Amino acid sequence: MKKYTFTEKKDTRSGFGAGLAELGRSNPNVVALCADLIGSLKMEKFIEENPERFFQVGIAEANMIGIAAGLTIGGKIPFTGTFANFSTGRVYDQIRQSVAYSDKNVKICASHAGLTLGEDGATHQILEDIGLMKMLPGMTVINTCDYNQTKAATIAIAEHHGPVYLRFGRPVVPVFMPEGEFEIGKAIVLTEGTDVTILATGHLVWEALQASEQLEALGISAEVINIHTIKPLDEAAILKSVAKTGCVITAEEHNILGGLGESVARVLVQNKPVPQEFVAVQDSFGESGTPDQLMEKYGLNAAAIVKAALKLKGK
Amino acid sequence: MKKLQELVQQTRRDIVRMVHKVNSGHPGGSLGCTEFMVTLYNKILDLNEQFTMDGKGEDLFFLSNGHISPLYYSVLARKGFFPVSELNTFRLLNSRLQGHPTTHDGLPGVRIASGSLGQGMSVAIGAALSKKLNGDKHLVYSLHGDGELQEGQNWEAMMFAAGKNVDNLICTVDYNGQQIDGATKDVMPLGNLKKKFKAFGWEVVSIKEGNDIEAIVKGMHKAKGKTGQGKPVCVLLHTVMGHGVDFMMHTHAWHGKAPNNEQLAKALEQNPVTLGDY
Repeated sequence: MKKYTFTEKKDTRSGFGAGLAELGRSNPNVVALCADLIGSLKMEKFIEENPERFFQVGIAEANMIGIAAGLTIGGKIPFTGTFANFSTGRVYDQIRQSVAYSDKNVKICASHAGLTLGEDGATHQILEDIGLMKMLPGMTVINTCDYNQTKAATIAIAEHHGPVYLRFGRPVVPVFMPEGEFEIGKAIVLTEGTDVTILATGHLVWEALQASEQLEALGISAEVINIHTIKPLDEAAILKSVAKTGCVITAEEHNILGGLGESVARVLVQNKPVPQEFVAVQDSFGESGTPDQLMEKYGLNAAAIVKAALKLKGK
Repeated sequence: MKKLQELVQQTRRDIVRMVHKVNSGHPGGSLGCTEFMVTLYNKILDLNEQFTMDGKGEDLFFLSNGHISPLYYSVLARKGFFPVSELNTFRLLNSRLQGHPTTHDGLPGVRIASGSLGQGMSVAIGAALSKKLNGDKHLVYSLHGDGELQEGQNWEAMMFAAGKNVDNLICTVDYNGQQIDGATKDVMPLGNLKKKFKAFGWEVVSIKEGNDIEAIVKGMHKAKGKTGQGKPVCVLLHTVMGHGVDFMMHTHAWHGKAPNNEQLAKALEQNPVTLGDY
């Protein structure tokens, strides 16, 4: 089985900042907006290099989304930046009408998604954003797993015409994906296996890789697939893997309702029903704590994935 | 001016016929803003011949109070954005003329969906910023209901436009004092809008006779004269809801109600001039 290692840990939001800075140099139509969270979103470099193409809107997210929609008229490609909670739930109707229904080329870039936001607690830890965004017709939903993938995704979405929700996070996590390429909607098989398929997104991808090594030691061959794009979902890749393994685990830093797991369940039930385990938050809010403590308490780590695999395999 | 007066009457005929046919839609606000919209599109806006979504090198208009779509559609059709005959499809299945305006079906003239209120000012600001980035000296116009200003997003937008010197923007408020549930002063008092806009840092132009074409032309030229000087411009357009159809005037009752056959005949009788009904 292919082994993944890392030499450094970095936050995915810094990958966003680096990607945005690169876009600032390569694409004159890219503009950025922020609602009073420049440092948190790592947007400093873009702003320093392109002050005329940056708009600070203050603590007014609804206005930010509307302005972004307007900026597309005239050919700009706006990237909005704030926390995932304020990027989605707070501005759902603005995104729905002014962006998605109006087919505007806005990139909604959301940091601090999920429990790993940590100590600020449940007011800021949105666990429903993937569901909210994937329900909007025409919306592309991406949840990246490490610095390199977030940087590559940030650059890639500028080339895609249409609204995109790009979700990433706060903590430093292992950097293990190669630099460069990012293809929207194309799942990445990280390890090939025969006994169980693990479909992971965001911070859970690294956990899935750790789980696969532990499972190997237990005699279970896991196929880990990086589902960075939740919509459009790479159905072919999922069905191909499941045809081989016959069972699946979905793993995500999101509520069990409305997330990746439900999207996968729909694909399976319509094509090839197989047993599925959901590693996700069990329909609750989060709370204060360190990211590691929270991921353990809410069952979102390698140990939880191993447990799910053992259950599927009747061990 | 005479031609515009004729066009106003024709537009009124279109509005009442459209809402009558499908027994739904919003005649009150549509009729109240007819003089304004007809004048804006035929006397004020500098428009390119061909519609493009990006609208470079021309003035842009955004309708925030999307429920007055019958008026918007009539004005756009009569200006040549799409065939006048298409007004016949208003609110019907498979039509490009949805109950509220949308870009979804590719209707020329429309650049943003509106209907859920309070979003248009932000969009207009974005388009105005885009014009500045493109070195395009044309202006961005928008229209808002007065009741619509109860939505908080407007006040975020007002703060931004003034604070960031968006001075290529003219936002007009249809100041008719009415909304669905009654008079704005009873539903949710707006206070002194003029003072509020000014306090936010806007230039304000009041058009006291908002149903008079000459007053509108004069007021909008005045508003244009205030652009480019560091401040966004607000036009407070004092209108009478339902203007031009006597039994629909001065009341919120016709905000979202269609006339019956008899009422339609009466409304058309009061607006006899036609350039050719659709």
